[in-house]
Amino acid sequence: MTFRARHLLGIEHLAPEEIRTVLDLAETYVELNQRTVKHANALEGMTQINMFFEASTRTQASFELAGKRLGADVMNMAMQHSSVKKGETLIDTALTLNAMHPDLLVVRHPASGAVDLLAQKVNCAVLNAGDGRHEHPTQALLDALTIRRAKGRVQRLTVAICGDIAHSRVARSNLILLGKMENRIRLIGPPTLMPSGVADLGCEVYQDMREGLKDADVVMMLRLQKERMDGGFIPSEREYYHRYGLDAEKLAHAKEDAIVMHPGPMNRGVEIDGELADDINRSVIQDQVEMGVAVRMACMDLLARNLRAERGRQAVGVMV
Amino acid sequence: MTTLLTNARLIDPEAGTDTLGALLIEDGVIARIFDTPDGVPDKSPTLRRRDADGRCLAPGIVDLGVKIGEPGERHKESFRSAGLAAAAGGVTTIIARPDTNPAIDTPETLEFVTRRAAEACPVRIRHMAALTKGREGREMTEIGFLLDAGAIAFTDCDHVVTNTKVLSRALTYAKSLGALVMGHPQEPGLSGGAATTSGKFASLRGLPGVSPMAERIGFDRDMGMVEMTGVKYHFDQITTARALPPLERAKNNGFDVTAGTSIHHLTLNEFDVGDYRTFFKVKPPLRSEDDRLAVVEAVASGLIDIISSMHTPQDEESKRLPFEDAASGAVALETFLPAAMRLYHAGHLSLPQLFRAMALNPARRLDLPQGRLAEGAPADLVLFDPDAPFVLDRFTLNSKSKNTPFDGQRMEGKVLATWVAGVQVFGAE
Repeated sequence: MTFRARHLLGIEHLAPEEIRTVLDLAETYVELNQRTVKHANALEGMTQINMFFEASTRTQASFELAGKRLGADVMNMAMQHSSVKKGETLIDTALTLNAMHPDLLVVRHPASGAVDLLAQKVNCAVLNAGDGRHEHPTQALLDALTIRRAKGRVQRLTVAICGDIAHSRVARSNLILLGKMENRIRLIGPPTLMPSGVADLGCEVYQDMREGLKDADVVMMLRLQKERMDGGFIPSEREYYHRYGLDAEKLAHAKEDAIVMHPGPMNRGVEIDGELADDINRSVIQDQVEMGVAVRMACMDLLARNLRAERGRQAVGVMV
Repeated sequence: MTTLLTNARLIDPEAGTDTLGALLIEDGVIARIFDTPDGVPDKSPTLRRRDADGRCLAPGIVDLGVKIGEPGERHKESFRSAGLAAAAGGVTTIIARPDTNPAIDTPETLEFVTRRAAEACPVRIRHMAALTKGREGREMTEIGFLLDAGAIAFTDCDHVVTNTKVLSRALTYAKSLGALVMGHPQEPGLSGGAATTSGKFASLRGLPGVSPMAERIGFDRDMGMVEMTGVKYHFDQITTARALPPLERAKNNGFDVTAGTSIHHLTLNEFDVGDYRTFFKVKPPLRSEDDRLAVVEAVASGLIDIISSMHTPQDEESKRLPFEDAASGAVALETFLPAAMRLYHAGHLSLPQLFRAMALNPARRLDLPQGRLAEGAPADLVLFDPDAPFVLDRFTLNSKSKNTPFDGQRMEGKVLATWVAGVQVFGAE
């Protein structure tokens, strides 16, 4: 079992065997979460602070539940209403919280790189719950777990990621993770929502959805992030749905047993047909939510082990 | 006082030579240049001899486009700290930018900074003034009065005058007075909100990027305005390959245009930003390696005339922020010469070529007598060892702000002494 990281800032820093470690441990938590008594003690006595500088419902709830099931004291801070509004800088906020001796800090921030910056200033383990358009590592891990459970592996698959790639941290983290695990990745979307230079990152880029979906094992839809758009990226939602919305007709181009994923929240009728999203034979969207809690439990468990080990070494004065 | 510098490698950017010789400083000017290392036998009793020990002697750097925090941001840089930094970096003439707070856009503000600088700054300093009031792009400044008060050029710095009617009037007026205008070639619609150059790196880091074409489009628009008005125009920073062919055409067509670039764009590329290191955030953003090499080549061929430090002091608070929110700019007065030596050691540019772009060309463009290693020229000189290695510690800089991208990096090239008008302002006697 390998997991060396001190923080979980992005998939970029994880080795393939570390990713496997997270997924394997998460499997055990999937099982735990299906029991009536869902308690474990991996984080017993530890303090977890969720700092969300950007609105979030599902990710925050998922982290909160994960922490509570592992026995941590969990505190939620909705930062968009707090001292940040009074002009406090990110670093000062971090130092203030650091003084309260948290053990795990879960951070979401609208600026890319903000969580990295914060991690440099605190003594606890930091989990990136999404920073700007950069990374959302637990989402990519839960997607990988969902794929592995549905397909039996998360390797040598053809995965199509469709939609608003430019504004999506989920796409970036998935692109990195699926690449590390040796999958074939296709990005599908209008050129205005495709970040420049992505073709150099080891994926195939398609503008035609039917072409891109051909023989795909996994179809990953992304939300159209209207709140991050500062100008017309697409002519209209109805034209977008016509060309890039996933419906049964377009999905027919993928493999017969292809699964449909979406990180949520969904815009039904914009990027995905509502009926398709609810089709339990194709859609694994609810599984993703379930895996989310388990994966976050696994990540926090592993980081807590490393944190304890590090503190143990410091306490006995071992050179590291 | 008379000083004879013997046994020096004389870097003459005008003649393009790098030869061993000696140089006599008398009454603040270069009195004689000898092609023998020993100069002349000692005749005058007041003559002071100094053996340069085979080190390089070049005209002092004329740095076009230095930001100093006065007025408004003296905690970031004062005339005193900037002057000390310049002296330590071999910069003998600072051409200061007007992007202060408030902007230098009236003769009164210009007089204030001129007086403050004269009291506090150990090297020469000349001031540029804003082209439009408040650098807001709405109304031209009092270009005539400002010229009378000593403005050496007019620029809104990184603010692009988007209203072409306002710009055409300002340029026409400047043309009638023979004033030089410096512009920032950039299409602000495209570059709005950008923190990096678009491409693989920006996409991986999830940072908003600007296409390198924004510079070319800005260039083309500005060239149209130059053609329309006939003004003397300088492009502050050309940093992309795509802007070079139109620059060459403009020069071949006989327009009175010159172009500059910054030392950071010549020595760093977009990947240096790494894990969101905000000291590498400059404006325009660092470019691809292909662009960097194209621009280096353009400096070597003379297509790009001037290299500037684009010294922009920022305090820790402005930089210790998420990359998108952090302020742009880097201090560079003291790292200018060692950074330039990277280009010399890499075999891209010779020392005479470097000093042509760092001293001779800017002085010529501004009608200053500096920048030459010639008899009768002002004795503004820098003595340096191009090979001396060191690791840069940003806290040793004289600038009040320490935001250098070269912190912790291995550098080669140390300034040993600096003279302004024959008076030594830096280095051991």
